[in-house]
Amino acid sequence: MTHKALSQIGLSVRLWLASLGYGARLLLRLFVLLPTVLRRYTLLRDQIHFLGNYSLAIIGVSGLFVGFVLALQGYYILNQFGSTEVLGLLVALSLIRELGPVIGALLFAGRAGTSLTAEIGLMKAGEQLSAMEMMAVDPVARILAPRFWAGVIVLPVLVTVFSAVGILGGWLVGVPLLGVDGAAYWGQMQGGVDVWADVGNSLVKGLVFGVAVTFIALLQGYLATPTPEGVARATTRTVVMASLAVLGLDFVLTALMFGV
Amino acid sequence: MSPAAEHPLVQFHAVRFGYAERPILDGLTLALPRGRVTAVLGASGGGKTTLLRLIGGQQRAQSGQVLFDGQEVGALGNEALYAVRRRMGMLFQFGALFTDLNVFDNVAFPLREQTRLSEALIRDIVLMKLDAVGLRGARALMPSEISGGMARRVALARAIALDPELVLYDEPFAGLDPISLGTIARLVRQLNDAMGLTSILVSHDVHETLAIADHVVVLANGRVAAQGSPQQVRQSSDPLVHQFIHAEPEGPVHFHYPAASVADDYGLGARP
Amino acid sequence: MQGSVKDVWVGLFVLLGALAMLFLSLQAANLLQISWQPTYQVTARFDNIGGLRAGATVRSAGVAVGRVQTITFNDQTFQAEVKLVLEQRYAFPRDSSFQILTSGLLGEQYVGIVPGGADENLADGATVTLTQSAIVLEHLIGQFLFNRAAEPGAAPGGAEGGAGAQ
Repeated sequence: MTHKALSQIGLSVRLWLASLGYGARLLLRLFVLLPTVLRRYTLLRDQIHFLGNYSLAIIGVSGLFVGFVLALQGYYILNQFGSTEVLGLLVALSLIRELGPVIGALLFAGRAGTSLTAEIGLMKAGEQLSAMEMMAVDPVARILAPRFWAGVIVLPVLVTVFSAVGILGGWLVGVPLLGVDGAAYWGQMQGGVDVWADVGNSLVKGLVFGVAVTFIALLQGYLATPTPEGVARATTRTVVMASLAVLGLDFVLTALMFGV
Repeated sequence: MSPAAEHPLVQFHAVRFGYAERPILDGLTLALPRGRVTAVLGASGGGKTTLLRLIGGQQRAQSGQVLFDGQEVGALGNEALYAVRRRMGMLFQFGALFTDLNVFDNVAFPLREQTRLSEALIRDIVLMKLDAVGLRGARALMPSEISGGMARRVALARAIALDPELVLYDEPFAGLDPISLGTIARLVRQLNDAMGLTSILVSHDVHETLAIADHVVVLANGRVAAQGSPQQVRQSSDPLVHQFIHAEPEGPVHFHYPAASVADDYGLGARP
Repeated sequence: MQGSVKDVWVGLFVLLGALAMLFLSLQAANLLQISWQPTYQVTARFDNIGGLRAGATVRSAGVAVGRVQTITFNDQTFQAEVKLVLEQRYAFPRDSSFQILTSGLLGEQYVGIVPGGADENLADGATVTLTQSAIVLEHLIGQFLFNRAAEPGAAPGGAEGGAGAQ
């Protein structure tokens, strides 16, 4: 019986490795397809509109509220040390370095990631992908690649917007509401936030998260079981896997970027 | 009435295909005549759709050969496979229209992807194809706005958009009302004759299918159980074919799924 | 939606991103404060740099005149060597002293230049040894306790004071 259990484990490991290899090959293929995607600009443009513009609302509102809370909590803590003039710096660094990329990516995974997975999964269930194959059109190039590159382009933009809106939100709560000196809010911030190290790294994080979240969403849709339950499971998997990937990558990137 | 078997367009040689639990096709050998409508009948899960997928190269036979116009489909590389697929059209069950495109764009899709024709020329071709299926006026509608029968016809127009040599029909009559059913059947026959196509039709609908087919193949147990003209198949003495054609509830395919005896299940056995 | 309208929306999206980027760079970060002036290099040797880090500001009279480029350890002199990059338009006399100061109570450390009185100015690549190291808290405490122990009438606490200064 242990022999059977062992061979089962061996089989599972083999299957897992095979799926890992499959995923890696698909990712490589998507990268290589960039020139093709740029040639079919209309497909890319439509996807940027669908993924980007439709996410702006949630990103903007969330950024605003996160900014509010950062200013509020930050004020309470800094007030105990009599250092409320660095509130702007606190809000800005928190957003630009961490919260913008991470929360932005998590929201993107929830909103855009799930819709990507559902769309691809339903296309698979309705045999649309098969039909495309039979018409000698490669679904990876026609459907997956434009969505992939749209996601990679869109997320850094959303992350930047999130941080910017959050900083403004923090100003709204900090300066008129809590009485922090306006000049100090911006002055301390400008003194402490480095354009290359902080804002630049924020963009890099946005790009990396964009690749991860979009790829996971597309892969889950592409591999979904073509039934209603299958698609539902796939969208759940997208959110879970993408969120874990974002948090894990964030740790790695932060250590690389800001480690001493 | 022997089919045009000299240069069959599609051939199967001892094809085996299946999953670990069970084989679906077991040593299937078949030649499908050029220029004719061939119907493939058989029980559910009997391998009919698999047959179509093997011809289109969406799946590979585990042993044996599947030949399209002399080329072994399973052995082709990507480029060659796509070249072969351009000579085929396929009508999927329920149509498989692209839901984000309207009727016109759906039919225009293969033309826009595979040819470099001007938009004006594409427009003319699309309208001609839609006219052939009677839906030229519906060109601006979305798939969600048309009935199942109409969607099936649009998919048919899309399948013939590139003027293929071979058209594959996967259960084209499934779930249709009598009028749409009759329309589709008539279109399959007319297009085959008018365009000189070879058509392979997979279906459950015995009556409608036998009415339009030139050649009939009945699949059972992963092999050809019977083949011939509709007349020959209707008169076949093979018990499985007979049960299938005449829709009899009892025969080689049993009505009752294997179960314990009635006495055991209802506890009638043990009586003092 | 027509293709051209989608183009407009996507264009707006990209524009919004660019604006957010610009806002962050200019208003939130130090892009405007990065000086693009030509610079010259001066090396200062310190006994202890405390919490000074590369990239810290160099100020004179409170105004930023340059920044710290690199900090290395010289194992011949056993001192810290701090390479400073100063804006060319500001020249300092050869005997200026360089101090490591702290901005505010919790603030970062920076280098302050107190100008001397020599006629010659510091040249590109010059080395300065007239430096005052950072104030290290432990040394300060030790100093304070030592002074307290040295005061007359504090003999009983003297031993503790000495011990406490470890």
